[in-house]
Amino acid sequence: MSTEAAPDLRPAREFGLDEAWRLDERVSLRPERFGALLYHFGTRKLSFLTDPRLTAAVLALAEQPSARAACAAAGISAAELPRYRRALAALAASGTIRPEERADGTTD
Amino acid sequence: MAPLIEEFQYGLEAPICLTWELTYACNLSCVHCLSSSGRRDPRELSTEECKALIDEFERMQVFYVNIGGGEPTVRSDFWELVDYATEHHVGVKFSTNGVRITPEAAARLAGSDYVDVQISLDGATESVNDAVRGAGSYRTAMRAMENLAAAAFAGFKLSVVVTRQNVGQLDAFEEIAERFGAQLRLTRLRPSGRGADVWDELHPTADQQRVLYDWLLDHGERVLTGDSFFHLAGYGQAPPGLNLCGAGRVVCLVDPIGDVYACPFAIHDAFRAGNVRGDGGFTTVWRESELFADLRRPQTGGACSACSAYDSCRGGCMAAKFFTGLPLDGPDPECVRGHGETALAAVTPGTAPRSMPDHSHGRAASGRVPVTIGRRPPERACDESPLAGFATAVR
Repeated sequence: MSTEAAPDLRPAREFGLDEAWRLDERVSLRPERFGALLYHFGTRKLSFLTDPRLTAAVLALAEQPSARAACAAAGISAAELPRYRRALAALAASGTIRPEERADGTTD
Repeated sequence: MAPLIEEFQYGLEAPICLTWELTYACNLSCVHCLSSSGRRDPRELSTEECKALIDEFERMQVFYVNIGGGEPTVRSDFWELVDYATEHHVGVKFSTNGVRITPEAAARLAGSDYVDVQISLDGATESVNDAVRGAGSYRTAMRAMENLAAAAFAGFKLSVVVTRQNVGQLDAFEEIAERFGAQLRLTRLRPSGRGADVWDELHPTADQQRVLYDWLLDHGERVLTGDSFFHLAGYGQAPPGLNLCGAGRVVCLVDPIGDVYACPFAIHDAFRAGNVRGDGGFTTVWRESELFADLRRPQTGGACSACSAYDSCRGGCMAAKFFTGLPLDGPDPECVRGHGETALAAVTPGTAPRSMPDHSHGRAASGRVPVTIGRRPPERACDESPLAGFATAVR
């Protein structure tokens, strides 16, 4: 078994909190006591979410119209939002989550 | 929150990955086979049972299975099972000696994100490899890698068990991997299965372990290790990867007849947690077996507690200790501080437990078998082979 640590957190300036995001279809997420394990079948990399609320937010992306709404649904307060935004940006940078495509095929 | 390694010690909802040996049948008779494979077991799981098990893996979200054997591709339903697993979101990495990796098979494999292949090769030269894996096995593996490369399967794995005879060939292995667009994967030789018969002659010397450690640190993430060298962490810096014995915590083994063991290197009743054919299936074995519950409790360092390296190496490999007759709460037989050698000197020869099921070609069906070192010597003596002396000594 090979393992890969989660990516470094990067500045979140590019991450669109008000856009709709989805877990990449090649990623499997399994909740665990400490958060979640993520496995990307395309890159064959294993990574970890070490925060149950971040896990809840990522899972909520599928039903929510925006990342901001997913964070709210996971009980993340406005004051905590910058920290979770950075984490989501890192997940976007690693290809774990991706912007939801619109009906016309564009992402923005 | 506790560091992840602490969390992992207490077990997961499902394994991160598990090893699934599909068959004990094998066209080869490698002298160090950790599962003592050779002949098919008549109790092997049927195609339908295998599919039901894959359904269970999907429900548990087991990300991928490492399929091995035996030689898994000799099962007539092998490709059917690979397709079934990937259709059910269970990734497959399978280990093969390459015998069935034809150009057609390679093309089919290259088309899937969900399948990875490990070609086993234990010598960077034909003489070193074939002395361990049998005549013709080097050419078979090279042909398989040529086929994979020709099909543009990038990033398959060249999988090497590090031995006393090939530890000097690490750079050459890396060159072979690069030539075929593959990634090198090095794993540790364990005294498991037939490996017990040859471990004394094949396991790297103390000096070679240091060379290996330095090489691993130099090559970092480029080389995979299956996280199998954590006993080397005792030198100081931990090698890349998860430095923890994952047995029963993050990994386990399902053998061809459905028995679940704590790890692929521990095929023995002492490490058997249950069988997937039992009530509740694999899920119940993983979540409720007493053995796994034990393994997930905090372990004591025993004789190692006083050692300053214990926090790094955590006492090393359970299977390596068990099959060399050492206590589980003492040093690893290859302890980098030398405590293993001292402990081994106190073991009465012939008293170490042996892996239990034995499906070797030309052996009794099961049970204890007499130690027969080097049943299959190299076809011809080769003065240039580093194994030439070894072959003579064990004939």
